[in-house]
This record gives sequence, structure tokens and C-alpha cells, in this order.
Amino acid sequence: MTVPQSRILRNVLREEAFYFFTSIGNYTGQSAASLDEFLQKIKEVNIKSLEFHLSREDFEKWIAQTLGDAKLAEDIKGLRNMKVVGNALRDRLYFLVSRRLKDLKISLETSK
Amino acid sequence: MKIKGQKVTLDELDLRILHLLQENAKLTYTEIGSKLDVAHSTVYDRIQLMEEHGVIKKYKVVVDLEKAGVQQIMALMTIHTDPKESEHIASKLAEFPEVLEVSSSFSEELVINAKVVAQDQAKLHSFVAQSIAPLPGVLRIRTSIITKKYKEEASQPFL
Repeated sequence: MTVPQSRILRNVLREEAFYFFTSIGNYTGQSAASLDEFLQKIKEVNIKSLEFHLSREDFEKWIAQTLGDAKLAEDIKGLRNMKVVGNALRDRLYFLVSRRLKDLKISLETSK
Repeated sequence: MKIKGQKVTLDELDLRILHLLQENAKLTYTEIGSKLDVAHSTVYDRIQLMEEHGVIKKYKVVVDLEKAGVQQIMALMTIHTDPKESEHIASKLAEFPEVLEVSSSFSEELVINAKVVAQDQAKLHSFVAQSIAPLPGVLRIRTSIITKKYKEEASQPFL
């Protein structure tokens, strides 16, 4: 079943947002309640946080299960398998999410 | 023990009874009386009064979880909050069964401290991520997992 673009791009409830941690129980204070906000936070959060969540598969789970975007979740899974770290990870993740966001927004516009 | 309105003042005998009960709450009135050289009826009266006035809150069992075969981890959390929300956050924390203690402290800024238990690290993280981080006013959280205890007093001494 295909999830509508509007659903993937929506703002989720506070309890469903993504909370960025750097390690077990260590919350950075940064969170994202939409894919747009998630993209923004990729640029801002501590690199340790990106590495922590990528290794735990947290990004894939949130994007697939909460936002409903199986395609982006699959792309991020591929990134995890490449074992990218540091700023290369930030850049690559930003690229994947921004590209997907752009596609979703174009697709949403054309479907109107 | 003297009672004036809501204020309770304990005397030396009350404090000595409390001390013995903190060490072993199963002591009988007779055993306490004999240790303190007073009649068991005196001990009974004092304990009754301290229970009635909430000086003695409850009697509890301290379990050695390792010997009981219970697998769990304990962690200390420092929660930095928006000062306007700290009271509310502390109250919410106190409602979770995973949270054993909640207090606030002040050094460079006001923080909330909590002692939490969980079955394992994964469950600890889920609890923090799903129940604590989303609370309005939580700015950031530092969590330290306890690896070894060097001292643990079940009762608080009267200094």
C-alpha cells in the first residue's frame, strides 16, 4: 500500500517526534516532528548523534514506522550498510533526505 | 515525643528506637525495650505515636536483587529543564514506576535528578526517549549507568 505524500510530509505529535541522543539516555535537546525538520536537524546535531542513531537503525524505524516512507527508510538502510561516519555521514544523510523531500513535494504539487 | 499542633519533636528515646528499627524493623517491642532498658509498653506507645504522626512512614524489605536473580540496571539522570516547567516535569517523573527517586538541585543551574531502573540498556533508552525527552520543557538529559555500588544505606542516619 502506498502512503500518500501528504502523510509522509505531515507534522507528527510531540510523542511521535524523533529525539536525538548521543548515547544511551543522553538526549541532546534536539528533536524533529516532520521530515522537513528532520532535514534541518541533520545539519545541526552533534555528529555523534547521527552515528549513534544510524547504528541502532533508529532513523529507518522512525521514517518507515512513524512517517510511513519505506523508500527513504530503505535508502538510509543502504547508507548504514556502507558504514559511513563523521561529516561524510552528515553530508550523505542530508543528500538522501533532501532529495527525497524534493521528490515528495514535487509529487504532491503535481497530484493537486 | 512532644506534639504541638502539626509540629512533632522527638526526644532521645524516640531517636534511639528509630535507629534500632532502621537497622531491623522486625525487632519486637520487648527486644527494643531490653536494648534501651525501658519497658516494652513504653516502646509500644512511642512507636504508635510516631506511626500516627507520620514520623514512621512505612516498614519495608530491602531485597538483594542479585541474589534474587533479578536482572536490571540502574541509572542516574540529570535533566536540564526550562525553569518554568521543572516542577511539572518532576511531578511527571515521580509518576513513572521506573523512577525510584526524584529531586531537584542547583549548581550553575537548576536541574532535576532522578534514579531509574530498567531491565537492560535498550529498555532504559526507550524509556528515556519515549517518556522523558518528549515532556514539555525538557532541554537535555545526561544519563550515567551505575556499574558498581560501593556503599548503599537503606536508612538515613540522624546526624
